Amino acid sequence: MFTYCVDHDTLGQLAWLSCYLTTGVHMSFYLAFLKVLALLAVTAPVALGFGFLGAMAARSHFPPLAWFGKGYIAIVRGVPDIAFFLFFVIALDQAFEWTRHKILCPDWPAEVRQGNDFLVCPQAKLPLGTSPEWVHETYGFFLAVVTFAIVFGAFAANVLYGGMRAVPHAQLETAEAYGMTQRQTFWRVLVPQMWVYALPGLSNLWMVLIKATPLLFLLGIDDIVYWARSLGGTKTAQFTDYPHGDWRMWYFLFLLVFYLAFTRVSEVALERLMRRLTHGQATTGGEAMRRAAA
Amino acid sequence: MTCLETFQAYALRSVGIGERLLPKSDITLCEHFVLIGSGMIWNVYFAVLALITGFFLATALAVAKGSPNPWTRKPAEWFIFVFRGSPLFIQFFFAYFFFLGLKGQYPAFDAFTAAWLGALIVLFLNTSAYSGEIFYGALRAIPKGDVEAADAYGMSGWPRFRRIVWPTMLRLAWPAYTNEAIFLFHATTLVFFSAFPAWQQRGDALYYANYFADKTYNPFIPYPILALYFILVTLVIVGLFGLINRRLNRHLPAARRPRLRIRPQLIR
Amino acid sequence: MKKLILSAAALVLAAGMAVAQDKTVRMGTEGAYPPYNFVNDKGEIDGFEREFGDELCKRAGLTCEWVKNDWDSIIPNLVSGNYDTIIAGMSITDERKKVISFTQDYYPPTESAYVAASEGVDLKGGIVSAQTATIQAGFIAESGATLVEFATPEETIAAVRNGEADAVFADYDYLAPIVAESGGSLMFVGERVPLGGGVGMGLRQSDGELLGKFDKAITEMKADGSLNTLLKKWFGEETVTY
Repeated sequence: MFTYCVDHDTLGQLAWLSCYLTTGVHMSFYLAFLKVLALLAVTAPVALGFGFLGAMAARSHFPPLAWFGKGYIAIVRGVPDIAFFLFFVIALDQAFEWTRHKILCPDWPAEVRQGNDFLVCPQAKLPLGTSPEWVHETYGFFLAVVTFAIVFGAFAANVLYGGMRAVPHAQLETAEAYGMTQRQTFWRVLVPQMWVYALPGLSNLWMVLIKATPLLFLLGIDDIVYWARSLGGTKTAQFTDYPHGDWRMWYFLFLLVFYLAFTRVSEVALERLMRRLTHGQATTGGEAMRRAAA
Repeated sequence: MTCLETFQAYALRSVGIGERLLPKSDITLCEHFVLIGSGMIWNVYFAVLALITGFFLATALAVAKGSPNPWTRKPAEWFIFVFRGSPLFIQFFFAYFFFLGLKGQYPAFDAFTAAWLGALIVLFLNTSAYSGEIFYGALRAIPKGDVEAADAYGMSGWPRFRRIVWPTMLRLAWPAYTNEAIFLFHATTLVFFSAFPAWQQRGDALYYANYFADKTYNPFIPYPILALYFILVTLVIVGLFGLINRRLNRHLPAARRPRLRIRPQLIR
Repeated sequence: MKKLILSAAALVLAAGMAVAQDKTVRMGTEGAYPPYNFVNDKGEIDGFEREFGDELCKRAGLTCEWVKNDWDSIIPNLVSGNYDTIIAGMSITDERKKVISFTQDYYPPTESAYVAASEGVDLKGGIVSAQTATIQAGFIAESGATLVEFATPEETIAAVRNGEADAVFADYDYLAPIVAESGGSLMFVGERVPLGGGVGMGLRQSDGELLGKFDKAITEMKADGSLNTLLKKWFGEETVTY
């Protein structure tokens, strides 16, 4: 990074540190923070979408759909997410490839499962065998997002389901009295009104999501924990220009501070959002705000 | 080996009783079920002990956080913030390093680097922080009238807390506390997965599931079995906590009893 | 900034060219096992296997690409087709051969060794650390010593340094540079144990054609001595050669 880093053996302490902290591997480490943030930014809305669909399915008047929705919520929430993460990515990948295989190569002669191997036709491969590395990485990231979204979607579904049931019945009846159809009632009254009831649960979920990101390395993403572990480990002079002892403690301390700061910022932001949503609502919080203003 | 023999050999393997060597080749479905089930002993051990011990600290933390005195309030607030604001995964790492350091200086801390004690302490502190926050919320939601009634009866200090405030707090907090219990139970899988080493191949359910996935190169059998076990125990927890909930609310007319809403979080 | 844009453009161009070419062979490795494979200061995969693998690809006329994967899931991801070879210091064992096929060994049957912080530790009844899911862990479990398992090789060494374990049992070549640099605080103890059938590249059992290409290239490199040169470069002058 800096020109003086060439003579890495003769550096003063501060200069050494500045060189050490700007090596290529450290750049990957910093990049991993962005990866985590990006994953959170993408996963949160997707999981909310899954949750919304799940909650709608669970509320459905068509029994199989309702069973499906309730089953999804119950099963995913009953299992520790590590257990999911450990096999889900491969399962998901194989499921996608298998589906594509069936569609793209209907008359492929060979079996997909040959002994231990899972072989689809080259056109069905995801990503295609000819794609450059970044496509592979993006695909891996995509799989991680989907896995996270499926797991946390179940939680979001549960929260939203509760939020929908918490909307005062009188409001829905009023909507009907105005002559709204069921669909209109759902979209114009129930959905806008449920957020205030669902937000405490959802903000809790957001916190949980943040704190689940150290498990990203299980999904094949080189995340911050992966790098902290590998960078912090003892380095011998044979394989690096910057040998050092076991520094994992410091790297993890850095992660700890990062997470604490991140959850704190989220807490404050969510508090503000809650105040906005509570405004004018028929809840104790809304009542308190009304009184304070009057 | 029949399944019964497998059961005899491996049912208590996770605590060091039975066959010393784990199955290495031609692993049967029965071995999967028995060993992963054996590992569940540790998950249950961690969850039960951490919950019971954590319950008391959580109560103390909730009271401290609600206290007007900053000398008791601030430490409680910080404790809860640090443990709720950081991933358990990283807490395990730190605890392990910390205990190693202590052990280097004082031999009395020898046992702390072993999972049965070290990880238990982390889980205890962690669940105390989460439950403490839940209890604190409940404490603030206690109807004013209840406390005023206690005052009118001439109760104050400890008797008022024990007979009025605390039971009401529990009643209010119970649904959320049930979620916390489930969530803690799921978190026990992190013990051998993060920092604490497994001794003599005695590990929790995830450790054995991982072992099988490694030996058979097939993750699609052991992990679903693990999931099944967890769903079953989760159901047991829901049932038990439901019974306690019934007891806590036994004086209320049936229609007003708060129904348990199970909303566990998977990881912290 | 201009430089950045230029290199970005070059990258896109290179990516476009890669698409036009044949299927690339993806080489899966762990990146945490020096000197076999590790991530260097620049953040690239480096080590004996990197250099050796690149040379093999050149000789076999293949376009290769390096992929990092956790050791735990390195075989499931291979058979699932996420990459095409495993080149990660993997010993050839009968158990693994049931699931994947191996090329001929490119590193002679390895010896594993014990390292301890002092002489005279009890290797048969003491506490020995090893990495989870390695042949070394399996060996210790059967040896009678108390096995402590850690997820990474790094942690197994740390366990000896901080007194958690009496000794660590791992690949000799992995331990050698660590012992050399420890300044006397770590030392080899006990007998070395030959384990495994040498290190080979792992491929899917259905990938016979690719296996043949790599096997041929390895034979060539063994014959003209270039493999020995590489071995000496990475493992020191005294290492076993072909």
